[in-house]
Amino acid sequence: MANEINQTSSQNSGNIQPTMEVQNISKRFPGVVALDDVSLQFFPGEIHAIVGENGAGKSTLMKIMSGAYIPDSGKIYLDGGKVSFAHPREAQKKGISIIYQEFNLLPERTVAHNIFLGREPSKFGALDVRQMNKQAREVLMEIGVEKMVSPTALASGLSVAEQQLVEIAKAISFNAKVLIMDEPTAALSFTEVKLLHDLVSRLKQKGMSIIFISHRLVEVFDIAEKITVLKDGKFIKTVDKKDVTPADIVYLMVGRTLDHYFPPLGKPEDFGEVVLKINDASNECLKDINFELRKGEVLGVAGLQGSGRTELAQALFGVVPFKSGKMELHGKGIAIKSPAKAIKNKMGFVTEDRKSEGITPRQPIRDNMLLTVRSTQFLLSSILKDGIRKSRKLVPMLGKQVDIRTDSFDREAQFLSGGNQQKVVLAKWLASDADVFIFDEPTRGIDVESKASIHDMIRDLTRRGIAVLMISSELPEIIGMSDRILVMAEWQIAGELPAKSSEQAIMLFATGHSKNAQKNSELAGKE
Amino acid sequence: MTTTSVTSPGGFTKLLVTIWGGIKRIPPVYPIFFLIFIVLGILNPVKYQSINGVMTFLRTASPLAILAFGEMMVLALGGFDLSVGAIVTFVVLVSSKLLANNPANAFPAIMIMLGFGVAIGLVNGLVVSYLKVPSFIATLGMMLFVRGGALYWVGGAPQGYLTDNWRAFGRNYFENVPIFGRVPYALLILIGLALLTYYIFHRTNLGKQILAIGDNVRASQLSGVRVKLVRVLTFVMCSVLAVIAGVMIGGYGGVNVTIGEGFEMQAIAACVVGGVLLGGGKGSILNAIFGAFTLQAIVNLLNLLGLPKPYTDAVQGLIIIGAVAYVGLTSMRKR
Amino acid sequence: MTTVTASENGFRRILRSIHIPPVYFFLILVFLIGGTLDQILADGQIFKNPAIMLNIVVRSVALGIVAVGQSLVIIGASIDLSVAYTISITAVMSSYLMQGKTENVPLAILGVFGIGALIGVANGLTITKLHVNPFIATLGTSLIIKGIINATFSNYTGSVPESFQFFGYGTIGPIPVSIIILFLTVLAGWFILARTKFGSHLYGVGGNTEVARLSGVRTDRVLIGAHVMCSMTAVLAGLFLVSLMQSGAPWVGPNGIYDLNSIATTVIGGTALAGGKGGVWGTLAGVLIFGVLDTTFNQLGVNPYLKTVLQGAIIVLAVASYTIRSKKEVA
Repeated sequence: MANEINQTSSQNSGNIQPTMEVQNISKRFPGVVALDDVSLQFFPGEIHAIVGENGAGKSTLMKIMSGAYIPDSGKIYLDGGKVSFAHPREAQKKGISIIYQEFNLLPERTVAHNIFLGREPSKFGALDVRQMNKQAREVLMEIGVEKMVSPTALASGLSVAEQQLVEIAKAISFNAKVLIMDEPTAALSFTEVKLLHDLVSRLKQKGMSIIFISHRLVEVFDIAEKITVLKDGKFIKTVDKKDVTPADIVYLMVGRTLDHYFPPLGKPEDFGEVVLKINDASNECLKDINFELRKGEVLGVAGLQGSGRTELAQALFGVVPFKSGKMELHGKGIAIKSPAKAIKNKMGFVTEDRKSEGITPRQPIRDNMLLTVRSTQFLLSSILKDGIRKSRKLVPMLGKQVDIRTDSFDREAQFLSGGNQQKVVLAKWLASDADVFIFDEPTRGIDVESKASIHDMIRDLTRRGIAVLMISSELPEIIGMSDRILVMAEWQIAGELPAKSSEQAIMLFATGHSKNAQKNSELAGKE
Repeated sequence: MTTTSVTSPGGFTKLLVTIWGGIKRIPPVYPIFFLIFIVLGILNPVKYQSINGVMTFLRTASPLAILAFGEMMVLALGGFDLSVGAIVTFVVLVSSKLLANNPANAFPAIMIMLGFGVAIGLVNGLVVSYLKVPSFIATLGMMLFVRGGALYWVGGAPQGYLTDNWRAFGRNYFENVPIFGRVPYALLILIGLALLTYYIFHRTNLGKQILAIGDNVRASQLSGVRVKLVRVLTFVMCSVLAVIAGVMIGGYGGVNVTIGEGFEMQAIAACVVGGVLLGGGKGSILNAIFGAFTLQAIVNLLNLLGLPKPYTDAVQGLIIIGAVAYVGLTSMRKR
Repeated sequence: MTTVTASENGFRRILRSIHIPPVYFFLILVFLIGGTLDQILADGQIFKNPAIMLNIVVRSVALGIVAVGQSLVIIGASIDLSVAYTISITAVMSSYLMQGKTENVPLAILGVFGIGALIGVANGLTITKLHVNPFIATLGTSLIIKGIINATFSNYTGSVPESFQFFGYGTIGPIPVSIIILFLTVLAGWFILARTKFGSHLYGVGGNTEVARLSGVRTDRVLIGAHVMCSMTAVLAGLFLVSLMQSGAPWVGPNGIYDLNSIATTVIGGTALAGGKGGVWGTLAGVLIFGVLDTTFNQLGVNPYLKTVLQGAIIVLAVASYTIRSKKEVA
């Protein structure tokens, strides 16, 4: 779609100048184009939501606007004047404040200290605590929350919602003209969301331009006036909320052709008995998890960021175990309370973050591949029972199985490309003879060629009778690889879909438009 | 992967390139050691240019080398063991009492010391694993505990002399050896222990898991490594090696109250000079040994040049800071 | 979390804002246990004789002063293992410079504070600019200082004029000067942490360096400043000790295990090793706890070597009482 900066289907209220405007912003990172020629306008007293799939470019755009990233090309205007930021502090001083999902508060300091860190008021050279608390109170009053949050309260004692209020107060104290919020309602309860809604409305009355990223279309439609859709780094459309329905937005967000090649899906005769069965399982975050995993199948797990998919994997693997419910592995009841136990029961976990959890970066590739095998063997046996000679044969064999491109297996793993590192992790689990594999974002941040390679390998695993649970944020990958699809939302399983379901169907479940979610919002409407 | 775009003029240039590549990879400690040793040889040919002299040097350097590769394994794990100096003090002082001037007691006395070594290492490992106290503080506390314990046991002063047979390990030589003339017991002990530890560290699952933990403890946990067990074993190995080094140090040095002081820093300095990363994940027995040799050579060189002994402490401090900073800065540049 | 309305008078507000760190209850407990043991097993001086209680505090002065500095550094998520030898070098240098003459005292004091500042800056720079781990950096510095001391002095050196001994032995009215100095140091430490921008920034640097940097705090300078302050407290403690001993000896610092003890008392007092939280009043309680323990051991006639053994164990257990709650693996 062409850039419609001059013809947005929203109403440009005539002659009002936008508070902030970005023109032709582009940004690439190694291997991926995050933003491609995006132009947008943001007006005072307006609440503007930015939506899109994971990877659409929303975060990158917000980071550029708040000074955390520098765009490769394009211009930024504030109140008509061109600006550029080298550091977030500069953007903050000019009146652009951003509130991230992970709050940037110092937990052991008071609210007032947090708000004024780095610019504390002083009297005769000493910290003027009274003045600081007073100013903090004033800011809190400005947003109407002085009854809920005290300037002298410790940040760690505040609820998540209250912490967010402090972040907003901090922004106000910088006389923010533009307030950017990343997933503001992700961690809030229903009543807290309403409070935020009221607050945001009040801020809007003061003339602030409010921009927020959100995946929850229910909230987007509650709070926002304008909605901009980004996809694959490109601007798609900006619409007025009153002109569209959630389904329209979903269509704008996804609608793409499947042009990646995927190996053929399994056929019903390929699927064996149930290997893993979970009934009514819950822990601190997950609720009522029920599903089955069969031998030889790929069970895709879809859902938006924060829906609980990684937590599900961690629960299955014993990292943050289930607290209640039943789990059966190969027909036998079992409780997996630690990764070691999971491994002993022949489970494998290819984690989301290979750098911090998957590889030991300064060890050679071969040692990385053999780590799981070694940890289950007798400590003092020389490297792999049967000596080094066996490892000399095993490693290249594994390497070939996972199609690693490297000139030597003695290279340190940190020097491999992302794709090859992921293959090393895969090899590690292959070596340990796991028959249930959990993949969390198996091809994130990996070049196209390696992606295809890994997809082939996953299908290969199933052909050998291995059961695969695959979490992914890339809908084409889910649709292309899954024999069945579980969709998660709000820490629960929102629904199950058959193979080759449409992206829209998946997104509708994922954004809380499943039957259950609708019921919830109906109930909520009554309050 | 670097592609050498040398227009292939033939085998010889390729050979040179490969050799140069190999040379670049040699850890700096080796050339530095040989350089310093050569300088020593020039300044004092009698001592350092004769096989005899070299053997004497090795007799003194061997215990430090043993301390060094024991410490190296804890460093590779990502921790620190600051109690090894106190262990040396303990071994020397308490043995002086246990021996009761009777050579027959030598064997049991050494066995008892080894037992203490195991116990100390066990406590160190357990405190870090279960009480979650950082190893720096845990082993500093252990240092006080052990040193105080030693002084308490002997009532503040050595209780006897160390019998000749006990001292043999650190002091005596094998005489009339072909080619070498005389070879110190200490050197043979070093070689034996080094081979054993080399096997454990570089050729068994245990060693590989130590490195994995030091490199990325989270990934290790998720791969099924028994982190706590491996950690305890590593600390035990370090303490036991420290006990053996203590016997050797008491052997050639005799007994006095302050004997073990500073050895923990020397052990760390030796490792750092040998190129061991303080963050964990990398280590080499041979590098630690030559790091110790280099450190000893530097100390001897400074003495030869007339620098009073206390200044060597200062130099050691500078060396540690310098080497750590150097390694830290070069690895930063890589990123 | 109550909101304070403007109508409440100042006094009540101050009263409300003083919260006693829980460690003080532990102090009272330890005191009672120590006193009881003393009562049963020895001549019960601790409860009977007020002079002993005073003595507990006086014994704690040196440690207390340096622990304040260590607390500052630990709040900044760093650590200082060079304080023991800084105390040593202060003791010998000041004594040497004074040579028993009162007129030399100001010069001597200036000199040692200068040395302390140098040490602090060296520590700070090594940590912030050379990116060396604080343990290693300060341990290295301590070795260098140790070397310099041992090379230059081997025994008692110089002497302290009587006038200066006022610091260690004098009293203002019934209160020993030393206690006043300790109290003033703790007060100064509190003031810096709670009432200056520097203190606010220090908590930021220790709590989350990135957040602090994003807020415009000059994190390197703050940390170097903290290290300089720590070294200064070590110097002050050294001056106090030398005024007691009348002449400086090189073994003063390490013998008192000031490095480990200052860390342990800070941690017991509620300051986390990870930085970003805590304060000096808690540290003072920790110091007094160690003072009570020390006095109890003396009263019970515990062998001084055994004392060292117990100290090693107590330090580790004290730190463990806080760290045991963390779930992450530690190196």
